Amino acid sequence: MNDQKALLQYTLRLADDGLILGHRLGEWCGHGPILEQDIALTNTSLDHLGRARSLYQYAAAVFNALPVADKAAFFTSVAIQKEVAEETAIDEDDLAYLRDGWDYRNVLLVEQPNQDWAYTVARSFFYDSFNSLFFKELSKSTDQTLASIAEKSLKEVTYHLRWSSEWCVRLGDGTDESHARMQQAINELWAYTGELFTMNDADAAVAAQGIGMDLAALRPQWKELVTSVFEEATMAMPTDAWMHKGGKDGRHTEYLGYILAELQFVQRAYPGMEW
Amino acid sequence: MTVHSFQEHFDKKIGSDVSIEPRDWMPDDYRKTLIRQISQHAHSEIIGMLPEGNWISRAPSLRRKAVLLAKVQDEAGHGLYLYSAAETLGITRDELYDQLHSGKAKYSSIFNYPTLTWADMGAIGWLVDGAAIMNQVPLCRCSYGPYARAMVRVCKEESFHQRQGYEIMLTLSNGAPMQKKMAQDALDRWWWPSLMMFGPPDAESGNTEQSMRWRIKRLTNDELRQKFIDVTVEQANILGLTIPDKNLKWNEERGHYDSGVINWDEFWNVVKGNGPCNKQRLDARKNAWADGQWVRDAAMAHAEKRKARKEKAAKAA
Amino acid sequence: MAQQTTNKNEWPLWEVFIRSKAGLDHKHAGSLHAADAEMAIENARDVYTRRMEGVSIWVVESKNIHASDPGESESLYDPANDKIYRHPTFYNLPDAVKYM
Repeated sequence: MNDQKALLQYTLRLADDGLILGHRLGEWCGHGPILEQDIALTNTSLDHLGRARSLYQYAAAVFNALPVADKAAFFTSVAIQKEVAEETAIDEDDLAYLRDGWDYRNVLLVEQPNQDWAYTVARSFFYDSFNSLFFKELSKSTDQTLASIAEKSLKEVTYHLRWSSEWCVRLGDGTDESHARMQQAINELWAYTGELFTMNDADAAVAAQGIGMDLAALRPQWKELVTSVFEEATMAMPTDAWMHKGGKDGRHTEYLGYILAELQFVQRAYPGMEW
Repeated sequence: MTVHSFQEHFDKKIGSDVSIEPRDWMPDDYRKTLIRQISQHAHSEIIGMLPEGNWISRAPSLRRKAVLLAKVQDEAGHGLYLYSAAETLGITRDELYDQLHSGKAKYSSIFNYPTLTWADMGAIGWLVDGAAIMNQVPLCRCSYGPYARAMVRVCKEESFHQRQGYEIMLTLSNGAPMQKKMAQDALDRWWWPSLMMFGPPDAESGNTEQSMRWRIKRLTNDELRQKFIDVTVEQANILGLTIPDKNLKWNEERGHYDSGVINWDEFWNVVKGNGPCNKQRLDARKNAWADGQWVRDAAMAHAEKRKARKEKAAKAA
Repeated sequence: MAQQTTNKNEWPLWEVFIRSKAGLDHKHAGSLHAADAEMAIENARDVYTRRMEGVSIWVVESKNIHASDPGESESLYDPANDKIYRHPTFYNLPDAVKYM
């Protein structure tokens, strides 16, 4: 994989993570357990969405600068190929609304459904704790754009992590019911945490350039962080077993298809219009 | 002071536009009317999150998605400010929720209409928020301090809501013929319910007179409705859309637009629960509340555990 | 500020005070519900500073606020009415005197 294509793939993944998690958290809006937390979760959703937008804008710029042959071959999306053929520059919305599931690169964890407050908290906690380490490293990236996005994100992520760890503790060390629900959520979502640390071709390529990093190296620190919160939450640490993966390479769970069906509906039904 | 002199003191304050504050003496009916009005207003904000919330997952661009999320979130905030204002009158938010969930409390009927296309996000922002702002601006000077202060905050935040709605309508109106059709369709469906938002005609509005005297209300339903029609007609013209009222005509003599008769049967039917979405809206709120019970309980249980541990540690030290 | 009736399950009510920028006082912004003080501060951040309204937050559980009785306001505040000598404009000085 050449450098620019790897950078594009990598940036897209980070953007897709943000969009899909932001979308999922947005599903709570109007349905939260109490107004104050409804508002809190929407703030987080907006942070993820905002980060996704900056990343898509960067990804679009990288894409538009690729040689035509590379552009035409990069996405399977007919709509994007048409834009390439017409020599139109693509933008953030084309990337979000016109790519099909197999061109989405988000990790499987973020597309998992909300289920209940415990799942939502657990999913956020696994992701936020990873993000807090990841964006700290990424802020040292040799890629100036990614480094500055990371720096801004780090502030947001710090707050996200505070929110999700506190809720882990509240639910874990709350009532019997909340403890049971939290433990179940953790056990079931654990199998999706492995993918956060796997390296695909794009990861390896950007790591080699100092843009990205060795993700596997983040895991011991991550596990330490998780363990300390789980201890306070009186939750049992799940045992490492089979880990699901595939999202980073475009092989998703069934959930993503439904997310995209909703997310992209208007753009797909009425192509080529301004909204 | 005797009740009589309390009353006199209260009347004097109202008469000279001095705010009534939570710990001041107030007549029971004033308190009751305020609780009813503020909680209806709060419930409307919370139920009002749902029709727009429908489209968060389907917003057609990332910018629109973020704006819509922020807007619906603001509505949660406005509900919260208003519940807080009601709570200063000696009722809890839980009690107010009970009234909503049991069907005892009302909320604005407009939210019992469905949001069918993306253009509805434009029409709601433009018309429904527009009507709400008309209603709310005078309330910033309402006699009850906490309500007035909540309204100041709400109005400040609300100003972007109507603008974003109008911007959606503008984009659609200037877009493809299908988009313009979508915008017109939304206007057709939302126009009359928006006019109903100002409540029944003055002649039939039982509460208006007393509320005006108490300065809980500062303009009548019909006055506000007329104001809304007058400004909105021009806005529709700029969009190139047609307001679905054949009788709409400028009346030089009155200096206002004349308009057709509102279908009050429809209004009362929706109020009674027969609107297209009454059941879904209320069910959504009841489910959210019921599903959240274990979460709220857990947080309380944890807070108590932590407090107990802290006290024990302090004792040991 | 709110009077609260008791409901065992309801999260307590908190009053929120916000400093809008460095150098200014904290000002009452409103109230909210939260299970504990930490959560009250975070909720206040999410509810009352969405538009960059603040740089510092205080929260106080509403039940811990003690207020003066409005029925006594005449005896409490009216006596200050005739003490105009507490205000600088009470004193007439020649215009030539500067920096005072």
